Amino acid sequence: MRRHLPVLVTTAVFVAMFVACSLQYPNFASTRVVANLLTDNAFLGIVAVGMTFVIISGGIDLSVGSVIGFTTVFLAIAIEHLGWPPAVAFVVVLVLAALFGAGMGAVIHYLEMPPFIVTLAGMFLARGASFLMSTESIAINAPLYAEISSTVIRLPGGGRLTLIAILMLVVVLAGAVLLHATRFGANVYAPGGSRASTEMMGVRVGPATIRIYLLSSLLAGLSGIVFSLYTSSGYSLSAVGVELDAIAAVVIGGTLLTGGYGTVFGTFIGVLIQGLIQTYISFDGSLSSWWAKIATGLLLFAFIAFQQLSVGLSRRGRRMAGVTAP
Amino acid sequence: MLPDVSAPPLLEIRGLSKSFGPVHALEGVDLTVRGGEIHALLGENGAGKSTLIKALTGIYSRDAGTVRLAGEAIAPATADEAVAAGIATVYQEVNLLPNLSVAQNLYLGRQPTRFGLVQRAEMRRRARDLLAGFGLSLDVDAPLGEYSVAVQSLVAIARAVDLSARVLILDEPTASLDANEVEVLFSVMRRLAARGIGIVFVTHFLDQVYAVCDRITVLRNGRLVGERETARLPRLELVHMMLGRELSEATHDRAPVVDEAKGPVVAAFQGIGKSGYLAPFDLTLRRGDVVGLAGLLGSGRTETVRLVFGAERADCGSVAVDGRPVRLTNPREAIRHGFGYCPEERKTEGIVAELTVRENIVLALQARRGILKPLARREQDEIARRFIRLLDIRPADPERPIGLLSGGNQQKVLLARWLATEPRLLILDEPTRGIDVGAHAEIIRLIRQLCAEGMALLVVSSELEEIAVYADEVAVLRDRAHVAMLAGADVSVPAILAAIAGETLRAA
Repeated sequence: MRRHLPVLVTTAVFVAMFVACSLQYPNFASTRVVANLLTDNAFLGIVAVGMTFVIISGGIDLSVGSVIGFTTVFLAIAIEHLGWPPAVAFVVVLVLAALFGAGMGAVIHYLEMPPFIVTLAGMFLARGASFLMSTESIAINAPLYAEISSTVIRLPGGGRLTLIAILMLVVVLAGAVLLHATRFGANVYAPGGSRASTEMMGVRVGPATIRIYLLSSLLAGLSGIVFSLYTSSGYSLSAVGVELDAIAAVVIGGTLLTGGYGTVFGTFIGVLIQGLIQTYISFDGSLSSWWAKIATGLLLFAFIAFQQLSVGLSRRGRRMAGVTAP
Repeated sequence: MLPDVSAPPLLEIRGLSKSFGPVHALEGVDLTVRGGEIHALLGENGAGKSTLIKALTGIYSRDAGTVRLAGEAIAPATADEAVAAGIATVYQEVNLLPNLSVAQNLYLGRQPTRFGLVQRAEMRRRARDLLAGFGLSLDVDAPLGEYSVAVQSLVAIARAVDLSARVLILDEPTASLDANEVEVLFSVMRRLAARGIGIVFVTHFLDQVYAVCDRITVLRNGRLVGERETARLPRLELVHMMLGRELSEATHDRAPVVDEAKGPVVAAFQGIGKSGYLAPFDLTLRRGDVVGLAGLLGSGRTETVRLVFGAERADCGSVAVDGRPVRLTNPREAIRHGFGYCPEERKTEGIVAELTVRENIVLALQARRGILKPLARREQDEIARRFIRLLDIRPADPERPIGLLSGGNQQKVLLARWLATEPRLLILDEPTRGIDVGAHAEIIRLIRQLCAEGMALLVVSSELEEIAVYADEVAVLRDRAHVAMLAGADVSVPAILAAIAGETLRAA
């Protein structure tokens, strides 16, 4: 029970917030609001799943926002200026993103450099590359884009579940299975506990690190595709600071910033909480949207304080139970 | 039950050598472990135990010698290869992952999978079965970190044995366990031995050696001293093997004991101790007296010093300074009462290599005055010059970085640092370790001079001959407890050795 406490608290906070919003605004509790919540935060949800893996392994990935920006510009130029079929552009940009992440992972492991610095460099690199390609916002008018945006599942009550929302849900599910039910997943948790012990136990940390950052960048690329679908454009300044939103979602979701503990589901709820605050502010109409940042900051602070507390508590009261001299 | 001696040995090491540059860490060491036996590997600091284990488990390459496992020559180049060959090691610091479940820790990297997914139920079942074989019933889904170090060690052993069940090396697994936990560990070790596994057990606790080990191999200074059956090796002889001294050799030029009146008591410790750290002890320190602390490595000497200096908080007993009860909860308190402490690890705990001799000398004095009352440069110069002259520190240059001085002179600067604070009780931890012979004699001369001037001294030393020369009283420690107090004419190397071994000295 204590193991799942952070996730339970996060979920309880989300439910409480949702109920409170619904009491204040009768229209709030509808499939429309829920579907929009998923659609509006699809790109954040996807990139936060990758961030969850990175943080649980004891690392950090500051480059994801820039990778999203790069992806949108790359797609806009490839589709609009070069006339590539969108599907080809998607595949190419995903491969590029994956290679980029694998490269960062390799640098982190083999050159023994701190992930913070390596991914900070990656952040500047990817952002700079997108400025090189174009500083303008480029609209994407490909028919596939219109088609994808108009493909929705209509929910009872008027909600419209978009493809990108569904994609996000699929990524969350797949991420949860990968993290919680595979050997790779256990190898993600292991170095977050102790890198030295992980190596002593025969786990090859190098390949695991490369795969973790590859996954994070790949999902950032996917998130970039979703972002370009969502906005139907590519802009080098898009998704600035999204890496921090993703980190906030992961931490609010109960993942320990120092690594070793966390869940994909918690991150998903963390994303929804941030989205809920935005939605509340747009319902209110009079509040400045910057209040969303302030609320997120306060929540983040509260959750980190809570984590410190529960880590401190679990250090005490270790168990000797179950041991008897045979 | 002793294992069958006629059977071929499970693990046979012959003539193993390993050098680091000019230093011979191991020279022609043999070790023979039979299946089903618990074999103690013993030795003091620098004996070569760790090097031997690392050479055996593929962490170090060996320079010469053969290792045979069940008759087959092996040469593991990595820890993984050693494990694959059948040699598993569990270290004192449990090398598992506190954030993963017990089951994941047991099966990390080899979880049962189907279609790429871990079969959790199957893994749980196997973990429970495996642990049941060790007499453990744990919640295998709980994070390992929720369990005590003892349980974590047992889980580490279970994993190691499950990975490769031929030779198990336990490197000081009992260092942080209490008596009950040690019993549990021993029963697990006996079970494993009964299954035919050969266990190499490294420990500093002689009682444990005699409680659980069939045979003993002793190393000293990188060489094999001997291999004996535990049942046929008296403790005193074992201590001699480890320390390398013969009773007959123990001659010394002790200054004649003058029956002068004892000096006033500076500090009296009564029943000071800390559970799981050091058994309660009494210690009285007088003006002008040297009290020596003797014992094997890990017997509790440094622990005693840390309790006396307040670096470790005692959980029982009382302390009186000048007859008034005081509480020593941290080193600052101790310094306030006029205690000084020269630690053993000169390089890491003592000197600040980049600072000059002068700055190193005034460090403790300045710390005692507080940063608001800086010592004037003129005062600093004068103090530094005085101690350089007094202790004959060479070169006599107060502005030279201390890192450039020889070990003996660094030690003198450290001494000077504490003497500058004019302590009433000075604690010296291995004051003569790692310094050349000439400097040895000088440090000893200094120790004598200091107590002649009325300081109380508490000295930890592995050099029994030295202790016997300068100590008025010697407290002997064994297995984290004070076991004997020798005073006056009773202070002699044979008497100390006998007390370490836990035997009373027969008419010498």
